[in-house]
Amino acid sequence: MQKKPIPTISLCGITKSFPGVVANDHINLDIYNSEIHTLLGENGAGKSTLVKILYGFYHADSGEILFNGQPVMIRSPYDARGIHIGMVFQEFNLIPAFSVAENIALFLPDLKSVFNLKDINHRIIELSERYNLQVDPQAMVSQLSIGEQQKVEILKLLLSDARLLILDEPTRVLAPHEVAALLNVLYNLRQDGYAILLITHKMKEVLECTDRITVLRAGRLAGSMLRAEATEEKLVSMMFEKDVSKLRIRRKPALKEVKTPILELQGVGSRGEGAETSLKGIDLKIFPGEIVGVAGVSGNGQKELGDLVLGITKCIHGSKLLFGQDCTQCSTQMIRRSGVGFIPENPHLMASVPFMSTLENLVLTNTWRYARLGGLSMDWQAVKMDYEATMKKLGYTFSLYAPAKSLSGGNLQRMVIVREMAHDPQLIVASYLTRGLDVQSTIAARQALIQAREAGAGVLLISEDLEELFTLSDRLIVLYDGKIAGTFKPDETNINQVGHLITGSEA
Amino acid sequence: MSQITSTPSRSSTSVLIAVQVIVRYLFIFLIALVLFGMILVIAGKNPLAAISDTLSFTLGSTFGFSEVIVKMIPLVFTAIAVALPSRVVLINVGAEGQLYMGAWLAAWGALTFTSLPAWALLPLMALLGMIGGSLWALIPAFLRARGLVNETITTLLMNYVAPSIVTFFIYGPWRSRGDALFPQTADFVPAARLPAFFGTRVHFGLILALILLVLYWFIMKYTRWGLEMRAIGGNPQAARRNGIPLTTYIIVIMCLGGAFAGLAGMSEISGIHGRLRPGFSPGFGYMGFLISWLSGGNPIGILIMSFVAALISAGADILQINQGLPYAVVNLLLAITLFVVLAHPTFLKGKKA
Repeated sequence: MQKKPIPTISLCGITKSFPGVVANDHINLDIYNSEIHTLLGENGAGKSTLVKILYGFYHADSGEILFNGQPVMIRSPYDARGIHIGMVFQEFNLIPAFSVAENIALFLPDLKSVFNLKDINHRIIELSERYNLQVDPQAMVSQLSIGEQQKVEILKLLLSDARLLILDEPTRVLAPHEVAALLNVLYNLRQDGYAILLITHKMKEVLECTDRITVLRAGRLAGSMLRAEATEEKLVSMMFEKDVSKLRIRRKPALKEVKTPILELQGVGSRGEGAETSLKGIDLKIFPGEIVGVAGVSGNGQKELGDLVLGITKCIHGSKLLFGQDCTQCSTQMIRRSGVGFIPENPHLMASVPFMSTLENLVLTNTWRYARLGGLSMDWQAVKMDYEATMKKLGYTFSLYAPAKSLSGGNLQRMVIVREMAHDPQLIVASYLTRGLDVQSTIAARQALIQAREAGAGVLLISEDLEELFTLSDRLIVLYDGKIAGTFKPDETNINQVGHLITGSEA
Repeated sequence: MSQITSTPSRSSTSVLIAVQVIVRYLFIFLIALVLFGMILVIAGKNPLAAISDTLSFTLGSTFGFSEVIVKMIPLVFTAIAVALPSRVVLINVGAEGQLYMGAWLAAWGALTFTSLPAWALLPLMALLGMIGGSLWALIPAFLRARGLVNETITTLLMNYVAPSIVTFFIYGPWRSRGDALFPQTADFVPAARLPAFFGTRVHFGLILALILLVLYWFIMKYTRWGLEMRAIGGNPQAARRNGIPLTTYIIVIMCLGGAFAGLAGMSEISGIHGRLRPGFSPGFGYMGFLISWLSGGNPIGILIMSFVAALISAGADILQINQGLPYAVVNLLLAITLFVVLAHPTFLKGKKA
């Protein structure tokens, strides 16, 4: 794979500091055509900052960027696109009310004042067939799954002549079969000479698909190597200075004598509005000390199931029992107060208030607990003590006084986990618990769930990470099209069987 | 990816922000004044004379100044009536209607319980004013909470209904028998009049308004409810999932807003007019909306902008008399101020922290 060494893009000695932290400290990175280059590192290691410098969002304090050996200035994404750099962000930049073709047309640099959508449709179809990126150009983006939206993002870059594609954690939101499809797309692109810079946490993908690996640790370059030289242990030890061997989860068997379920859904159905999925005939029991995993491709009713337990989505059929008592019509406030923790799939959108400080955000689920004089004031001292204790227990650190919007995705997720774990919840609904977390935080989050389970709490764990579901769950259900397509014990099934049900091929 | 760890000391930033706010408002007003001057020139008037007239009559004399304060009282009320719901992303355009309904119910109290002493009648009227305003706000609040109709539209439309109800009562059952020329209710008994100070028309409503403003600031900043309201305003979806009762807040806060607007109506008829007249409000509710919007819901901003709006309004009276300009110039000047803010020239904005 090694080419004659003129890298298409070279970052030399890139340094960038923010108040209080050096995000990038003299980082060198070479990107070659026809290569998939992976940027690996913990949360906060400086990966996002580095690619944002490359894409012109930030300006480096020092260092230079070479394009085909010539120094270039990248002051804005516009400049970056001028030298054929394109980026797919973690949060997609698509306009839901526009069709696929319109979204792509918007992005084209050579779009004519009066443009011919048919011509663009044609180009989309041509490219999408070539790279296995099939989407209907006339479909509304709001109707597309996350995986399809990602295809649109990639098509957008290809159509606008990007030659280097930066993908920021592209597999984070994808189901297993979608990941495989994405990797195939990347292989094809590589073959046609594209350069790809992949940011990821997932070791398996790194080892599976990359040609070259660069590891960042705490803003510094920890090492760079070819795939052939890399092993899992080597990469992990580069990512973390600490010993990782003890980061395994040990599970005790589930509690035996069990009385009333914590949560019981009896033939529950909901009416999905807009792009939501309707739940149909869901029967589910969660007993104390049990983790029930929910597998499925996102968009098959996971979000609705979480919201239904929480009382956001209304049950139109069946009944919902919490702690043995009918709670079908309970308000979210009542359900929350009875000891239900909720870790949503999207902490930005569904769990935090961007302009409030982390401390204020932490207390939001429990304002009644810290209200003094009937609500006239808040006992911030106690808030701080309680949540700092939980942070310590989980081994998480983040600033309590910074506004939530300044936290990185991983830190925000940690904030939510701390908040939901702080008051010994009886039932935890966790969607995509470890999304965006690095290896260590993932382990801490999983351990927190296990601890809650051992303390007798019930857990509903919604995830697309089958490995996570198989390690953590006592029982597994598969959601497909709003229905429970199967129930398993993790030891009595295998990933293949579940995988079939997830995709609906055996339903 | 990066964690911002440096936090500047709190007191110095708040002083800095206060200075920025004040400078910002001064600039806004200055630009608006220059634009207004241009319009005066086009109308063939001498802008400098007009402006100096206005300033010397309003700020230059005790009486003029007291009249500005008088005009400011209802504006502070209505601005809070808009600002409070705006914290939970409710757009209350209906302060005008709520003000009328508050005045209406308060007037009923004043005309019915004529034998009560002032210490009982005035609080009763205030209470009735608040009930009137909040009941009027309850309708849009309920419709919004049930997800039926957007409150912006309902509150606005209901503004056209409320004055008609008041007018109906003034022309009908409540019409004073003594005075056939002007339709209005009978004079309130002295016990139904808010006390005025220092021989001016500045009445007790001022103190109520200021207390309310402090209360508004305190609730938003220090209480559990303020915290929850800021959460709703910042991210309604997250607030709902965190178990904050959104529907309850929508209804309660909207009604509270209505209650404050109703209090404005009560204080106007009790402190100034001493009776209920049709069209007694020259658009206090709308001006309050403007003030709340211009000040971004900031309590100090509300105070400053209410004063400025009152100054403009009082100034217009002077211009009418001295320069022969129509009263509509108030709207002109207010509109220009709004445009300047909408354009928000970047140099007026504080640096984002």
